[in-house]
Amino acid sequence: MQKKMQNVIDVEKVESNRLKIIISGDVLRQNIDTPFAVLQESLTSDIKKVDFIAENLEAWDSSLVLFIYDTRRLCQEKNVALNMQHLPQNLQDLIGLAFAVDRNPSRGSEKFSTIEEIGKKTLELKQKTADVLNFIGNVLSGIGRCLRFNSIMRKIDFFAALEDCGPKAIGIVCLISFLIGLILAFVGAVQLQTFGAQIYVASLVTIGMCRIMGAIMVGVIMSGRTGSSYAATIGTMQVNEELDALQTMGLSRIDFLVLPRLFALMIAMPILTMISDFLGMMGGAFVGVFLMDIPYQEYWNYAFKAFRLNNFLVGLFHSFCFAIIISLCGCYSGLKCEKNADGVGKATTKSVVCAIVWMIVVTGIITVICQELGI
Amino acid sequence: MIKDIAIEAKNLTVGYGDYVLLKNADYQVNKGDIFIIMGGSGCGKSSMLRVLTGLIEPLKGTVIINGTDITKASEEEVQKIREKSGILYQSGALFSSMTLAENIMLPLQQYSDYSLSTIRELAELKLALVGLKGFGDFYPSEISGGMKKRAGLARALAMDPDIVYFDEPSAGLDPISSRNLDDLILELNHSLGTTIVVVTHELSSIFAIGNNSIFLDAQSKSILARGNPNDLLKNPPNEEVYKFLTRGGEK
Repeated sequence: MQKKMQNVIDVEKVESNRLKIIISGDVLRQNIDTPFAVLQESLTSDIKKVDFIAENLEAWDSSLVLFIYDTRRLCQEKNVALNMQHLPQNLQDLIGLAFAVDRNPSRGSEKFSTIEEIGKKTLELKQKTADVLNFIGNVLSGIGRCLRFNSIMRKIDFFAALEDCGPKAIGIVCLISFLIGLILAFVGAVQLQTFGAQIYVASLVTIGMCRIMGAIMVGVIMSGRTGSSYAATIGTMQVNEELDALQTMGLSRIDFLVLPRLFALMIAMPILTMISDFLGMMGGAFVGVFLMDIPYQEYWNYAFKAFRLNNFLVGLFHSFCFAIIISLCGCYSGLKCEKNADGVGKATTKSVVCAIVWMIVVTGIITVICQELGI
Repeated sequence: MIKDIAIEAKNLTVGYGDYVLLKNADYQVNKGDIFIIMGGSGCGKSSMLRVLTGLIEPLKGTVIINGTDITKASEEEVQKIREKSGILYQSGALFSSMTLAENIMLPLQQYSDYSLSTIRELAELKLALVGLKGFGDFYPSEISGGMKKRAGLARALAMDPDIVYFDEPSAGLDPISSRNLDDLILELNHSLGTTIVVVTHELSSIFAIGNNSIFLDAQSKSILARGNPNDLLKNPPNEEVYKFLTRGGEK
């Protein structure tokens, strides 16, 4: 609780041009707003001098220091002489310390007009695009080095990354894919039942999962699970200056950090997509057989009839492309991370958002190409 | 002359699980002291600091801070002690998502009844005290390592602490910044009368600021010496302390 103001800090006019600030008792956790407002009111243009009287001052804390600090600033602004001689010596020293500025802040914070801002942003965009292209180029040359067996990529890093994005991700992929198959079947069944064509739920789920949904779901899961982890791991290495250490040792960050993760995901994601396709079909079968009373044999007959190899391969191609997108977005965000904890958070978010956006863009492009090619 | 005791460690054993760093240590820190915990690497200096600040529990013994045994105190009592303690970590440990002023305002908003405008002014005052006047709206990433330490100190001073702990304050600083920080510690100790506990192995700082100390030894897992570091240098009680205080016997 704040103490009452009475008899702790009092402002008195002693002469026509002189004020006295009497401080007494314990000034602890004091609300200084009120006495300072009184002081401001009393400090009229005819006042030439202010004296501090602190004979009966006992304990004090920062609230008193702040009051004296503000008073001194106010007196400086109004060209009023301030006498602090009667304050305890340590309090005077502390105020002296607060006013002893040894440097002035400068950030170079220039103000830009709107046109200049647009120009600045455009140049930044150009720089960012160049950075991304440079990164992709470095990755391609890293792959080239790897194909010539001239890379420093460590097998152990590759297998660790493969284990992390492969076997360890199967559980969550299975669960989500089964539920997606189940949801697809439910949504389709409602419409198909109105035509008495609920048996085609099997075809709907099979085509949907194999062609695109399996790959998309695995992509979303892996961007949230693995891509973000790549960004966070590499970002933390940036904060700990491990990336600088790699560079000063002359080791390629791409070979050492990006390639193992890229290759691991390129192998793991198509396999996870196959598992996802199958589990999605199982989810559809669960709805068809147990909830819509479609005979088990009949459901799978229709499912296999709807299964087309080209749909399946398009799905796998999607997942292969998604693997590249997720690993590159994760690693790039990590490598570009700012050197602080906040930067790691931003890098992680950026990796997931970028990966999902680019996955959707690439899906659109592949869909148009497949349409044109009649696949 | 009997002095008030700020910290009293009795029969203190520090370690992690079965791994003991320091056995049966006894020492006292008087109010207003600048107390140095020194010793070679791995002797348990930082672990001792973690025990004093309540971040880890000692394996055995008691730590009495301003009359409260923190090893037996309730969470509320420990919290009260923490409110009256400030810590400056090696890196400054400023929250990177907040400006310097917001870093300092955080404990004040949490534990004081001041109005927001007063809290803002107090943050400005604390920054001014450590020579960072006008840097309130800067983010930690925008300032140098030495300035981060100063800002960390401003945050440590936010609640007018009775005791301020410093973990390797000179680490990573150039000699001038290190000297400036030492001067600042001395000035704040003199002006505010704050008890200061410093964990360091920086000899220049030890002799410049310390008026009381303990020397921890990793081999014997005990306190090998205690007292004013300058007195210890004049009359080293044993070979280890002499070697440490003279950089291995350098004249």
